[in-house]
Amino acid sequence: MSDKTYDKQHPAFFALLAALIFMAVGPIVLMFVNSFKLDVDIISGTGGLLFLPTIQNYETALCDVLWYELDHMDFCSLKFGGAFANSLVIALVSTFLTLVLGCMAAYALVRFKFMGRDTASLTTLMVRMVPPAVLLVPVFGLWNNEFCIGKTTMVGELIRDMFGGRGDICLAGTHSGIILIYVAMNLPFVIWILQSFIVQVPHSLEEAARMDGANPFQIFFLVVLPIIKPGLAAAAIFTFRIAWNEYLLASALSDRDTKTVPILIVNNMSEFNVEWGVIMATGMLLAIPPIIFTLLASRQIITGMTAGAVKG
Amino acid sequence: MKLARANRLTPYVFMAPAAVIMVIALLYPLGYMVYGSFRAWDPSQNISETEFVGLKNYITLWFDPSFRESLGVTLKFAISVVAVEMVLGVGLALLLDRNIRGMSILRTLFILPMMIAPVVVGLMWRYMYHPTVGTFNRFLKSIGLDGVDWLGQHALLSVIIADIWQWTPFIFILTLAALQSLPQSALEAAKIDGAGGWQQIWHIKLPLMMPVLIVTCLLRLIDAFKVLEVILVMTEGGPGLSTEILALRISRTATEFRELGVAAAMSNYLLMLLLLLTVAMFAFNKIQTARAARLRAAVQEED
Repeated sequence: MSDKTYDKQHPAFFALLAALIFMAVGPIVLMFVNSFKLDVDIISGTGGLLFLPTIQNYETALCDVLWYELDHMDFCSLKFGGAFANSLVIALVSTFLTLVLGCMAAYALVRFKFMGRDTASLTTLMVRMVPPAVLLVPVFGLWNNEFCIGKTTMVGELIRDMFGGRGDICLAGTHSGIILIYVAMNLPFVIWILQSFIVQVPHSLEEAARMDGANPFQIFFLVVLPIIKPGLAAAAIFTFRIAWNEYLLASALSDRDTKTVPILIVNNMSEFNVEWGVIMATGMLLAIPPIIFTLLASRQIITGMTAGAVKG
Repeated sequence: MKLARANRLTPYVFMAPAAVIMVIALLYPLGYMVYGSFRAWDPSQNISETEFVGLKNYITLWFDPSFRESLGVTLKFAISVVAVEMVLGVGLALLLDRNIRGMSILRTLFILPMMIAPVVVGLMWRYMYHPTVGTFNRFLKSIGLDGVDWLGQHALLSVIIADIWQWTPFIFILTLAALQSLPQSALEAAKIDGAGGWQQIWHIKLPLMMPVLIVTCLLRLIDAFKVLEVILVMTEGGPGLSTEILALRISRTATEFRELGVAAAMSNYLLMLLLLLTVAMFAFNKIQTARAARLRAAVQEED
């Protein structure tokens, strides 16, 4: 990169660049700054950057996981720590499952000719456009009434032991219920993106592995997967982003114990008197993981985005 | 060859887990929804206890003024958002398609708005639009103007602006990628023939990028119908029905009015609309591939 030469540009271009960067990042920075202000400072609005930064908002937000008592409040009403843990479990597990299932399916669609391949590929493409709102009604109905396992059966107990949840062992209200719909929702997208990466893997490599006596699974896991790592990274980030940020389906499916962070934020926003400082601190905490991913892996994200759109 | 026959089952093994999940949690629910949309369905009821009402839900909706308004708002939102974003995104990409220092930083910072939770985006903009403490009104007042009632009188416009902020970078980045993969030879040839900047854009760059642009546009349009959280947090659909897009109305019909049958029928309307767009995109892709194949064949024959 360092020996790359750059064209000389008119200064106006750099002004435009600066303005664009300011517009893109401004609101985020504003929220970041405000999350360190007391509500009094936010409302009086004295001097943009002249204020005494305080972590009180973050303390209030995280009150259920802090190890020390807070002076400024007597009762911890915001269960942010628990919601954060729920979000993390749901996002990580569903990302992992989506990736594993998605790359296997993408491989099958790209490399094999089999009966039903066209149907599978077309269906995958079609369901990609289904909005979460459309899934709301059936998922609510099914997860509450039909996808239930008798309390006494072995599978039912196993699920309850693994993921928690209380009462009936219906999918609604459990982590696994939310994970299931997230995996299903993200699979078409992941398959779509990964297909365009798998196509680029040279056939000769797989042939060589086959000559050496590797079976299809060894070829897939030991030869193909390592090559498409960048694609996997992109797909992982996109899946994580959706599972981490989604609100609607999680709000329909979760109960008191399985609430995720977006639900918490929306619930606190709809109150009459919004506590801006605290809510911005929670928003910032929710935004930090995706921001970190973006800064670390922007190249992969951009590749994934273009691969998904251009290859159709 | 023997190995290939023995492994005939392999693709199915690879495909099966994903297929099972998608059938259980995507296709079956969709079928369930279509079935439920023909029934008078209350959340407390099991679907087998509900009464079959035929097309009643669909007909009620069709003549329901608030559904029509909500459909109108959705279309207005989706179309204006995509139109502005396409113009801005493509314009910026054409303008910034230069070899400048800092381009990669710009791209990185540009994808931030897309990666942040819609709920948080709504939260940020709701703060900035706030009538008294919000950034915009404070700025307007500091230069001596009257504040604007952003989320009141101009709610739809404000929501559109927030979406443009969030998603213009998507189009910018895809267009930039397309621009940078254009065949250099065509551009060189145009330069030698003395084509100016605008002529290059109009006659070479835009036509060559058209396939990508159309796919991008349709993708964005499909996504614009999915927007929900940003609007929910900013306005909750109000004031009145002025920003109540279909997705929001579905969720309200299901949770507040407790009419799952009607909500299912509404979901079906939305789904049909999106299906139309997807089929359009699919057909376009097919035509494009066929044309590319034909062109390639023609070139080979000439050789």
